[in-house]
Parts: sequence; structure tokens; C-alpha cells
Amino acid sequence: MARHVLRRSVRAVAALLLVTAVVFTLLHLSGDPAYVLLAPDATPEQRAVFRAQYGLDRPLSVQYARYLTRVVQGDFGQSFSFQAPALGVALERLPATLELTLAAMALAVLVSIPAGVLAARWRGTPFDRLMMAITLVGQSVPTFWLGMMMIMVVAVHFRLLPVSGRGGWTHLVMPAVALALWLMALLARVTRSEVLEALEQDYVRTARAKGLTERAVAGRHALKNALLPIVTVLGLQFGSLLGGAVMTETVFAWPGVGTMILDAILKKDVPVVLAGVMLVAIGFIIVNLALDLLYTVLDPRIRRA
Amino acid sequence: MTVAMAGSDEPIGVLVAGTADAAVRVTPAPRRGLGGLVGGGLAILAIALTVAVFAGTIAPHGFDDQDLAFALQPPVGAGGTWANTLGTDALGRDVLSRIVYGARTSLLLALASVLLAAVVGVTLGLVSGWAGGRIDAAIMSLVEAQLSLPYLLLAIAFMALLGPSLINLVVVLVLRSWVVYARLVRVAVLSMKSREFVMIAVALGATDRRILFRHIAPNVLAPALVVSSFQLAELIIVESSLGFLGLGVQPPTPSWGSMLSQGREYIASAWWLVTFPGLAIIVTVLGANLLGDALRDALDPRLRTSVGLSLWRRAMDAMVTRGKGSRRSTALGEGAVEGHLERGGGER
Repeated sequence: MARHVLRRSVRAVAALLLVTAVVFTLLHLSGDPAYVLLAPDATPEQRAVFRAQYGLDRPLSVQYARYLTRVVQGDFGQSFSFQAPALGVALERLPATLELTLAAMALAVLVSIPAGVLAARWRGTPFDRLMMAITLVGQSVPTFWLGMMMIMVVAVHFRLLPVSGRGGWTHLVMPAVALALWLMALLARVTRSEVLEALEQDYVRTARAKGLTERAVAGRHALKNALLPIVTVLGLQFGSLLGGAVMTETVFAWPGVGTMILDAILKKDVPVVLAGVMLVAIGFIIVNLALDLLYTVLDPRIRRA
Repeated sequence: MTVAMAGSDEPIGVLVAGTADAAVRVTPAPRRGLGGLVGGGLAILAIALTVAVFAGTIAPHGFDDQDLAFALQPPVGAGGTWANTLGTDALGRDVLSRIVYGARTSLLLALASVLLAAVVGVTLGLVSGWAGGRIDAAIMSLVEAQLSLPYLLLAIAFMALLGPSLINLVVVLVLRSWVVYARLVRVAVLSMKSREFVMIAVALGATDRRILFRHIAPNVLAPALVVSSFQLAELIIVESSLGFLGLGVQPPTPSWGSMLSQGREYIASAWWLVTFPGLAIIVTVLGANLLGDALRDALDPRLRTSVGLSLWRRAMDAMVTRGKGSRRSTALGEGAVEGHLERGGGER
């Protein structure tokens, strides 16, 4: 297992290097920050000073190597647009993103796992069909459009909830529901198909033969064996949502990691973009490793394999 | 199951990578009315495609015909007239006409990108799975690097930094989908490598190229077709997301996404500007998702509601029975990610 984690980690670091190199090159190709960030009437001398200050006058490979050396030492550079360390600017947004992500995921788990198990138990019934139809539509609705419709109806027309921003729980409701919908649909489908598959296994027949209720059979025996893919889907979603739900955050003006990186990209604030991207990629890698470890807990077969 | 006779070239049947016979179900899934669903999905897409291609004849007005005297007219049924069935925007442009022209950008662009991504992804997947070794490692680390970043941020960075041109947009869309094809095809090839019909072809002295393209590739077509439907749905949503952020096709050319972003400013006063382009997206995406679901069930009833997780299970089974420790993480990661990437709509 240790060897396995090590191997994964080495590959993850390689992936991280590749990703940062690509982002670095992209940012470099996109133009000179000395023109984007300084006032239009800045003198060539001022621009030269700016470039020297941030090391932008060196060749790209030198810049990248210097950047990596500093990152290893925990220094992600200074933000161009905020006079603050880039890592701090990125980390500051993490709580908002975690709040939104966890709320949406909790909502999705609470709704879709019971729904998926019931749909599997009552396969072919009108309930099952309705569920499948709802999930199909749920997966076809763009989240940002759903968000806007919710703002229009709930916040603007009925004035029930605040339109946007972050504050108390009332601010969290709409973004969390909008963000959860797609995940709900996905999770309900995965749960249904996995439970269905489990229900066909021999141990389920045994459980029934023992005289257990259908509820115990589906809810306990079948669901337990369906957990692995469900956990996988949840973990991967969590990993990708760490990067911020850009669309949802934009629609609801939610101050998360997604809007932060979006702003930094548009402002060409190179250090912040890189710090944000690193943060997101590292989070994603950690989640993946954690998933791998979790598999061995949930399915002892993997430990022996 | 795919069966091949010693001398025959073509395997019979269309299944992906079989799990050999180990996973044959005792109770086959009851068939639903799949014909209807395929038809429904196809019909929606066909209508959308027709609208896109013949936008010039179908649209009642031009997409950029401005008339400030008729700005923000409501749709029919809410006080509007049939002259502007779905109302007008802040510049007095006809919303219906803009949706019709928007189908061009949104649907045709996504369609072209899916085809391109399929060619790139399937080819790389075939090569990766068959060649193995360093080539495989190189291609897969590319895939892994891309997947360790949230795609939408990558797309935003690309479009914002290199400029929102049509070519860049296609590149970004292809970037989204090629990984899905590459992974799927690679897993399929890996598990087909040890199958009898491939062994026999090898034993008969067939060249790598012949085995790959005559024996293996046809077996990958069916799942690739299913994936294409879902990817079409996905790319329509990606394109409209980028359009919404102002990073897609530039004005005055309408796209459903950019219409939504313009409509957002009038969210409190002109509900039709946000509602109708969104419905256009949903209906088209639903069509593609329906088609994908139905195709999958029709091509392989065993796969039921999830190609990805089924692949995952196969990978699992293969792993456990063969006990190849080193393949462990890749096999797990692959199938699981496939299930996760499978259907469109994940851009949040």
C-alpha cells in the first residue's frame, strides 16, 4: 500500500509540474502584465522597473525555474493587483467554497441516496420512471441558468431570499440547491443502478431466504455493496468542486475560489492564478489519494489484490 | 460476447471489452420501449439541427436587426404581439430569431468539436492501449494532468488569455472531450488484448495496424457512439457557459450562452430574456442525453444506466481475479472517472 501511495504521489507531482508549466506558458503568451496592470500613461522606465521587480524581464524558463524554487519554499509570490501574498489571496476564499460545496453535497446525499434505493426497489413502477425522468432533466439543466431562474422567481418576485452574496444561511440556500441539482441527479442514478446490480446477487437471495424484510435487504445489504461507486462519485465531485463552482459562484456573486481565479485570470494576476491553480490541483490530488485509501477500507478484496 | 472464428476477419457483435463470460447476469434486464426514446432524442436533435442549418429561412427577423422603439417587448401571451413571438431584447432585437441563429453557434460548434475530439481521442486511446509502455505512460500522464485541473477554469484561462476566437473555442471544446474517448478506448483495448479473437489474429501474423483497425476498432465504435451523444450534451453546456462569461462567440453573433448573459441584466424586468434561451439549451441537451441513454441500452442492455460504472466493475473484476497490484489505481481511477464524466451538464 505504501508503495502504491508513493507511486501515485510521484505521478501526481509530475501532473502538477505539467499543469503549472502549461498555465505558466499560457499566461506568458497572453501578454505583458506591465501593460495590463500599469496605467496607460506609464513611462517605459516605469514598466521596466515593474518587470524587474517581478522578475518578468528574464527568459520564461528561468522565470519558471525560479517560481518553482520559491514555491517549494512556500513562497507563491506577490499578487499584482492586491498588495498581498498570492497564496493568502487564494486561501482567503477557501472557506466560502468549502461551505457551498459541503452544503450542496450534503443536500445531494440526503435526497438522492434514499431516492435511488427506492427507485431500485420499485424498479419499473411509475415512481421509478418518474425518478429517472427527473434525473434525466436534472442533468440537462445548466446550473447557471437554474440559478438565474431561482433568483428571478424566489428572490426578485417573491422576495423570500437574498439575491446574492455570502452571509447567513439564507444566502446559502439558493446557490447550494442550484449546485446540488446536477449532483443529485447523478447520484440518484448511480445509486439506483448499483443497488439494482447488488439486488441480483446471491447474498441478497440469502438475506431474503433468511426472512429479512425487503427494506433491510435493499437498505442494508444491497446499499452497502453499492457504496464503493457512490463514494467514488462523491469524492471526485468534491475534488472538482474544490476549484470552486465558477458558474454558480458567478451567478450568485459567491466569494469563492472559482470567482477568485476567474477574476485573477481576467486581470492577468499571474501569481494569484498560479497559486489558485496549485491549490486546486493539490486538493484534487489529495482527494484522489484519500479515495484510493478508502477503497481498501470499503472493499477488503482490494487489499489482497 | 464477441465471437470470432479462426479465419474470419470481423468479430461478431458490438460489445465493449468483454468481461469474458464471468459477468453474465442471471436475470436479464427487462427491455423497455427503447425505440421511442432513441426516436425522441433523435427527433429533438434533428429539429435543432434543421433550425441551425436553415436559420436564415426560419428566423422571422435578422439576428442583429435593432429597433429601439420596440425594445424589451414582452412575448405573446404576456402582452406582446406575433411580430415578436418571444419578445425583444434591450436593443429591440427579436428573441426568437436570435435563438434560431444561436442554434448555429451552439449546436453546430458543439457537433463539430465532438467529431474532432472523437477522432483525436479514439486514435490516442487505441495507440495508448495497444502500444503500452512509454507511449501509454506519456499519453496517460497528459490525460491525468488535464483531469487534475477543473476543466472549466482551464477553458476560461485559455479563452481569456489567448482571445475568444472561433478556433480557440473549438480547441477548448475538443480539449474537454478527447480525454473521455481516450480513456474509454484505452480500457477497452486493454481488456480486448487478451481476448481470443485478438490472440488468433496475432497468431496468424496480422500486423499491429491491422489488428488495431480491423479487429479492435470496430468493437470500440458502439461505446464511442454512446459517449458522443453525451459529449454533445456536455459541449453545448460548456459552450453556453463560456458564452455566459463573455468568453465564447463574440457579439453581435448570437449564442444561447451570450443571450443569457445579456438577459441577466434585465432579470427583474424582462423574464423572457433569460427564460427562452435557457429552454433552448435544455431541450437540445435533453435530446442528446436521451439519445445517449437509449443508444447505450439498445447497444448493450447489460450496461443499463451507466457505461462508466459498468466499466469500473469490469476493471474491478479483472483486477481482483488477476491480482495485478500495479494496475490497481489506474483501473480504479479510470472506470470511476468515466462514470463521473459520462453525461453532459457537469459545468457548474
